[in-house]
Amino acid sequence: MVVKLPEPREKVIENLLRLANTKLPADIGWALEAAAGWETNPTAASQLGAIMENVRKAELLAKPMCQDTGIPIFYVRGKFDSTIAEDIAQAVKNCTKAIPMRPNTVDPIIRVNYGNNLGDGMPCIHFIPTNDDFTEIAVMLKGAGSENMTKLKMLNPSDGMEGVKKFIIDSVIEAGGRPCPPGIVGVGIGGTADECVAMAKRALLEPLDMEDPDADIQALEEELFVKINQSGLGPMGLGGDTTVLGVKVRKSACHTASLPVAVNIGCWATRRACARITDTDVFYSQGVRL
Amino acid sequence: MYTGRDEVHIRALEHLDEGKDVPDCLNGAALYHCGPIMKQDDDGKWSVVAAGPTTSARMNALEPRFIREFKIRAIIGKGGMSKEVAEAMKEVGCVYLAATGGVAVSYAEGLSKVTGCDWLDLGMPEALWHFQTSSLGPLVVAIDSEGNSLYETVRQKVAENLSKQ
Repeated sequence: MVVKLPEPREKVIENLLRLANTKLPADIGWALEAAAGWETNPTAASQLGAIMENVRKAELLAKPMCQDTGIPIFYVRGKFDSTIAEDIAQAVKNCTKAIPMRPNTVDPIIRVNYGNNLGDGMPCIHFIPTNDDFTEIAVMLKGAGSENMTKLKMLNPSDGMEGVKKFIIDSVIEAGGRPCPPGIVGVGIGGTADECVAMAKRALLEPLDMEDPDADIQALEEELFVKINQSGLGPMGLGGDTTVLGVKVRKSACHTASLPVAVNIGCWATRRACARITDTDVFYSQGVRL
Repeated sequence: MYTGRDEVHIRALEHLDEGKDVPDCLNGAALYHCGPIMKQDDDGKWSVVAAGPTTSARMNALEPRFIREFKIRAIIGKGGMSKEVAEAMKEVGCVYLAATGGVAVSYAEGLSKVTGCDWLDLGMPEALWHFQTSSLGPLVVAIDSEGNSLYETVRQKVAENLSKQ
């Protein structure tokens, strides 16, 4: 969707939060429909049916599809200055009331709720400066059910790709029904410990129907997708043919003595929205490769 | 039906230990592991916007005592609970009903009336909300009152499937 400017930046960010909360990205919707088509387990089919019905209702009624509206994680790429953080914070605060989003942020020690989804260190924003003449803002709403299943392991290089695959599959199986499968498995391989986890999460922003430019990564994603679905864990961990809708892997160079691997699972409601703001227009979409 | 997650479990058991009052409604309750999005109108009246289940396993450590103390009859949540919880359920005669995670608009429709709220100071997701329900679902009996667990059956099947790969 394209909108002509002027549209204030804060309003664009509010639109992103509303879009992400109420409309499931089309690529995930298609994957769910495909899954419902091949699913042979009746309990699993009922779970997929309930999910798809809920997605339709949320869009129609403009309500958040999930009560866990998560922590909104922002990615800002292109040209920007530090004022964008203020606009993002204001938009989060406004949308908490207006959509409404559930006030989720608490102090980690005394556990008191801030009431506005802000607080120390919030909102969470990743900045990617480039020489482009546009500003791209992406948001992903990350609920705790999936985020709590995040894993990082610093493997030994001798563990090799077999070790990497085993860790990924074990992580998804161990998580069971907790991260609301069938979702997306975000994987980071390589980098430093912090970058590895960041890659695993960033992978979830990418539409499922976008192919990785690297043939080895594509093959790995396909292998993991098949193996995890063959496990039979199923939607919500209740059994079935559909455990994941997609696997997205990102890699980065790492130390010769390291083999970091991270798993960040996205629930079926991997809610994302992006806006590319040029001098004249705003282009809205619901997935981006960063 | 009453919502209760991490903080309700912590406070209710603390209050019992300290001899303080605990809301009566918990006795014999159907407990919903849920932190809903609630909206308050200008007259102070609450309504439910979205209310899907939360991950039950977070309550594994406190749930066995919670079930025994309050004689909980049904737990609605997602992802299942531990063997220790299933043991307590068996003693008291309690079932675990799996709700579909993320299906928050549909479940909110099944919560037809907000009848009250305790401990709102815990924050909107953690408060103890009281609901009247009508046609709440889908719900799958995933752990029955005899301790049979669908999660356990699936886990064994998954291990078998993976061992063949």
